[in-house]
Amino acid sequence: MSRYIARRLLLAIPVLIGASFFIFFLVYALPGDPVRALAGDRPLAPGVIAELRERYNLDDPVFVQYLKYVGGLLQGDLGIDFSGRPVSETIAQRIPVTAQLALTALVIEAVIGLIAGIVAGIRRGSYLDNLVLVSTTFLVSIPVFVLGFTLQYFLGVQIPLFPISGTNEGLYSYLLPGFVLATASMAYVARLLRTSLAENLRNDYVRTARAKGLPERMVIGKHTLRNSLIAVVTFIGADFGTLMGGAIVTEGVFNLPGVGRAVFDAVRSQEGTVVVGITTFLIFVYIFFNLVADVLYAALDPRIRYE
Amino acid sequence: MAPAAAVNVAQAGLWGDVGRQLRRSPQFLIGTAVIAVLALMALVPQLFTRIDPRQCDLARSRRPPSAEAWFGYDVQGCDYYANVIYGARSSISVGLIVVGGALVIALVLGAIAGFWPGWRDNVIARVADVFYGMPFILGAIIILYQFDERGVLQVALALLLLTWMTPMRLVRASVVAIRDSDYVQAARALGATDLRIITRHILPNALAPVLVYATITIGVVISAEATLSFLGVGLRLPAISWGLMIGEAQNYVRTSLHLLLFPGAFLVVTVLSFISVGDALRDALDPKMR
Repeated sequence: MSRYIARRLLLAIPVLIGASFFIFFLVYALPGDPVRALAGDRPLAPGVIAELRERYNLDDPVFVQYLKYVGGLLQGDLGIDFSGRPVSETIAQRIPVTAQLALTALVIEAVIGLIAGIVAGIRRGSYLDNLVLVSTTFLVSIPVFVLGFTLQYFLGVQIPLFPISGTNEGLYSYLLPGFVLATASMAYVARLLRTSLAENLRNDYVRTARAKGLPERMVIGKHTLRNSLIAVVTFIGADFGTLMGGAIVTEGVFNLPGVGRAVFDAVRSQEGTVVVGITTFLIFVYIFFNLVADVLYAALDPRIRYE
Repeated sequence: MAPAAAVNVAQAGLWGDVGRQLRRSPQFLIGTAVIAVLALMALVPQLFTRIDPRQCDLARSRRPPSAEAWFGYDVQGCDYYANVIYGARSSISVGLIVVGGALVIALVLGAIAGFWPGWRDNVIARVADVFYGMPFILGAIIILYQFDERGVLQVALALLLLTWMTPMRLVRASVVAIRDSDYVQAARALGATDLRIITRHILPNALAPVLVYATITIGVVISAEATLSFLGVGLRLPAISWGLMIGEAQNYVRTSLHLLLFPGAFLVVTVLSFISVGDALRDALDPKMR
């Protein structure tokens, strides 16, 4: 297993280099003035432009620029906003809210997704199975911001069950945003578990377990479910990174003061450095959790081996 | 894309079967009907409304739905029904451009990678890995932020860059599976060139899985376009897009719910149609998944 993990970590290096080069190339090396792109539509004073050119090493050769950029990234340098505050500071201050939101979503996704998946998977073609199939298709099709506004209106304004914005009510104020953020993944977890349960139930070891007289609860709970959960647990691990990124829309809709909301506001106030800096950070978070999930997969499934 | 000339007898059997099953699937029939209406809406919106969506009167700002304006009026006092109808065009165009482009890239690169294993395959796989590392919406935000003008083409290009990898892998996998089959050997023995073997014998048989993926992806891309426009990094005014409309509605949700509900409902129904047609196609093509 350690061989696999080592190999997986090595494979992550070109992806990290590729992703950082991709972002760097887009932001700093494309024809066109990167300073202007970072400023958005705002006119900048000449002094500010000169300082930005100096700060982003725009007068160096492209390759040197890239190395300096990566060097900066490694030291946590994600740029500064217009008031001179490092983007990394904004992230450090706001990340607890986003992490809490992503965690809430993860728990909701796991609980509802697993229940729906088990119910649908053990009784293929039943009424409940079809209900799960139809409702997951619906959940996947509703864009997060549409669902967010709709639930906010009906469950926050019409029937005031949940707070509609901010984090004043502690954990409770994360429930509705967490649910909204979790919907697409929830549907995916349910379908994934349904398929893998149904596949595993056809295996010989299940027939053996039944033949030796185990109660159905044991056959499913102890033998089938455990094997079916491998793919689901891996997905949920990787999903934490996706949820952190998805927080841009959810935090925008529910006005939660996390890093996503910072991007949401920065797009509106045309603060390019903040948009690019935080998005870059979130992309690396995403890559990191994908890596974690792959390693987790190897740890859980003894069949995953190289050589 | 229609491989009419390439459909041989064996394939007609498969597609005949699939067609029969699809005709019995309600989600396929309803989905294609809705898509047909939407396509018509995108092509000739004048068929659905005579009102110019840009003819506005601030005096009517945010008036609720009524007999003369079915969907009410928006913040600028424009007829909302006309706006929602005209909004279909940007959604459908972005969806089709992205998925059409992704299919072309997927067929070319997938065929190259699958047919000639070795360095070509490796290079393509590594490049795809890098793009796989990019999350969909976040990657699109970074790309789109670099454009001065953001129209349908720019949004489509950004989404295309993040979409081509999965269909490419699907085509590659099918090509690898077919490459050494007897009928390909037979074609080679008859002196067919590599190009002819790939285009006439291999790709037509590698198409099915990628078509399913493409249909579902149109829905996903339309949803992404709306999300990006809503965030303010996608299409910009004066473009007409459901995402933009919802973005504008967000400050008035409490008083003027119709501003959110109508474009939202159209968006959901559109995405849902493409996804269910894709689902139905997959069930028909691969009975094992059922």
